[in-house]
Amino acid sequence: MTANEKMAAAELKPLQMAIQEITYREAIVAALREEMRRDPKTLIMGEDIGASGGPFKTCQGLYEEFGASRVRDTPIAETGFVGAALGLALTGYRPIVEIMFADFLGVCFDQIANSIAKHRFMSGGRVKTPIVIRALGGAGLRFGAQHSQTAESWLLSVPGLKIICPSNPEQAYLMLKAAIRDDNPVLVLEHKALLSTKGAAPIGLDDVAMPTGPRVLRPGRHATIVASLAMVGKALAAADRLALEGIEAEVIDVQVLRPLNVSPISDSVRRTNILVTVEEQAPTGGWSSDVVADVVSQAFDFLDAPPARITLPDHPLPYSPHLEDSFIPSPERIAATVKSLL
Amino acid sequence: MNERAAGNARASDGAAAALTDEDRIDLLRTMIMIREFEEQVQRSYLEGLVHGTTHLCNGQEAVCAGVAKALRDDDYVSYTYRGHGQCLARGMDLEAAFAELFGRATGACGGLGGSMHLTDIDHGLIGAFGIVGAGLPVAVGAGLSAQLAGRKQVSVCFFGDGAVNIGAFHEALNIAQVWRLPVIFVCENNLYGEFSHILHTTPYEDLVIRAASYAMRTELVDGNDVLAVYAAAAGAVARARDNGGPAFLECKTYRHRGHSRTDPAKYRAPAEVEAWLKRDPLSLYRAELCAAGLISESDADRFTIEARSAVKAAADRAAAAPWPSLKQDFMAKTFV
Repeated sequence: MTANEKMAAAELKPLQMAIQEITYREAIVAALREEMRRDPKTLIMGEDIGASGGPFKTCQGLYEEFGASRVRDTPIAETGFVGAALGLALTGYRPIVEIMFADFLGVCFDQIANSIAKHRFMSGGRVKTPIVIRALGGAGLRFGAQHSQTAESWLLSVPGLKIICPSNPEQAYLMLKAAIRDDNPVLVLEHKALLSTKGAAPIGLDDVAMPTGPRVLRPGRHATIVASLAMVGKALAAADRLALEGIEAEVIDVQVLRPLNVSPISDSVRRTNILVTVEEQAPTGGWSSDVVADVVSQAFDFLDAPPARITLPDHPLPYSPHLEDSFIPSPERIAATVKSLL
Repeated sequence: MNERAAGNARASDGAAAALTDEDRIDLLRTMIMIREFEEQVQRSYLEGLVHGTTHLCNGQEAVCAGVAKALRDDDYVSYTYRGHGQCLARGMDLEAAFAELFGRATGACGGLGGSMHLTDIDHGLIGAFGIVGAGLPVAVGAGLSAQLAGRKQVSVCFFGDGAVNIGAFHEALNIAQVWRLPVIFVCENNLYGEFSHILHTTPYEDLVIRAASYAMRTELVDGNDVLAVYAAAAGAVARARDNGGPAFLECKTYRHRGHSRTDPAKYRAPAEVEAWLKRDPLSLYRAELCAAGLISESDADRFTIEARSAVKAAADRAAAAPWPSLKQDFMAKTFV
C-alpha cells in the first residue's frame, strides 16, 4: 500500500481502542502515527528522524509509512527548522518538530520565545500557530551537563505557549495526540529516562483532550506530593514507602506547566495540610516555586507546616555516576521530607 | 559598488520589457504611496500619534515595489520592523496600517502589534519580525508549505544587510537550498546595520558572496532602479515556481533617514548621503517615465497629490478611531 492508500484506509476504518501495555517510547510513536494518519496537513521535522527513526527511536516507522516529505530529516539547525515550523503553521500546515535533546532548546530560544509564542497575539489573534515542539530532556543517563536538563523552567515565563510534561506512557500518548490537534504552540517536554518504562495506554482512542491542570495519580490524606516527569515515579515510590508506615501520601502529576493551574493542588492541600514538591531542576525559577506561592495564597490557613521544595542542587549536572545519582531526588529523600513535616 | 549592480540589472532588463505601460505607471504610484505614507508617519509621530519608535523606508521604495510587482496574490511575504513598504506594496489597507501604528482598535492587528509587527494574512503578509534575521527561517517554512501544496507559490523574505551576520540567516539559506524550496531572499543592503557601516561588521560589501557559499543562485541588483528590481525578482520567482529552487537578490539601496525615529544618522558622511539622495529611486523612476513619454510632469505631480491626500485622509480616520478595549478577551488573542 502507498502512504496515501494507507491514509485512506485509516480514514475509512474507525480506530479500535485497546488498552495496551506499551513503553513511553512506543506511546510517542503511536500518537505521532495516528495523528499523522488522521490529518494530512501534519508533518514532522528533526535531526535524523527519517530512515534512522530518531536518535531515541521516537519516530520509528514513520518514515516508512509517511515518506520523506512528511518525515523530514533536517540539518543540525534548530533555529532554522523550528522557525520553519512557524512558516508552515501560518500557511496551513500542522508541523511537529523533534528537539533531540531538550538542552538544544537554547539554540532556538528566540524562535520559540519571540516568534512562535507571540505571533498570534501580535497579529491581533488573526493567525493560528498550530505547532508542536517535542523535546527530550532529563537526567540519569550519564550524559553530563549539556545533555541532561529537563528545561522545564526555560520557557515557563513566556506567555503564548502551552507546556506539557508526560510522566507515563498513557499521558505521553494522550497528551501528544491532543497537542497535535491543538491550534496553539505546544511544547511537549519528554523524559529520556522514561522512554523504556512501561504502562497501560488506551491505544487507538480518538477522543482526546488537552488536560487543563494537574492529575491525581494516587489519592492520600496525610500529605500532598507534587512532581513532574521522572520525579513522578520517584514520588510514587516514596508514597509506597510511606504507606508501609501508615502514611498516605497523595501524589499529583503537575503535567501542564503552562498555563499552570494550581487550584486542584490547593484543594488537595486543604485535605492533607502538607505540601512537598519534587522537581528535576535547579531551585531557582522552577514551576514548584509558583506552586508553593499559589498554594500559600490560596490555602494558607490549611497548611500545618511550611511547604518543602525538593530540587536539584544549584549547579550544572555532574557526569560521574555516583555524583549524578546523588543530585537526583530519591524516593528515600522524598519520604524523609514528608515525614519531617508531619 | 553601484556600477556592478547596474551592470547586472541591465543583463536582466528582458523581464521588465514585458511590463505594460499601465504596470510601469502602477509601479511609480506604489512607490509614491509608500513615500507619502512614510512622510505622514513622520508627521504623525511628531504629533504624538505614533508611539515608541518606527523605522521608515524612505529611499528603499523601489525594492518593495519592484518585488511585489513580480508576485501573485497567493504568494507569501515576510519582512522586518522596517516593513511598512512591503505591506503597502502588497495592498494592505492604508487606514488599517495607520490605525495599527497609532495603536487603535481598527488597526491591522487590533493595536496589539504596532509599527514593527504589521501582519495581514489575507494579503499573504505572514509577518514582520522585530528580531534581526528571525524572519528568514519562517520564510523557509512558508516556502516548504508552498512546495508541499504544489500550487507554484513562492515565499519572499525581505531583510537588511545586518541580518547576514546572525545564525538564523545561515540556517535558513542552507535549508532552503538543500530542500530546493521556492524562497526568494531579498537583501535590502542599505549599507548600515543600525548605526554601523557594513564594513565595520562584515568583511565585504557584496553580500551575494554569502549566498553563493550555499550554492544558491544570486543576483546583485541596483535596488534604486525599480525596473531592475522587478526584472531580477520576476526571473527568480519564475525559476522558483518552476521548481528551480531558491534565489538571493542583493538590492543595493540606502535609507534616507536614520535607523529609527531617534537616530539622526550623523555617522554617515554628508557626501555619501548627498550622492545617494541624487539616486533617489522615486525621482529617478519618475524622470524615466516622463522621459519615455508615458506620463507628463503634471501627471506625476497629480499622483503625488492624490497619494498625499489619500494617506492624510486615512491617517485622520485612524486618529479618530477608538483605542482597543482594556476589557477585551486577551486570552482569545493569545490562544485559539
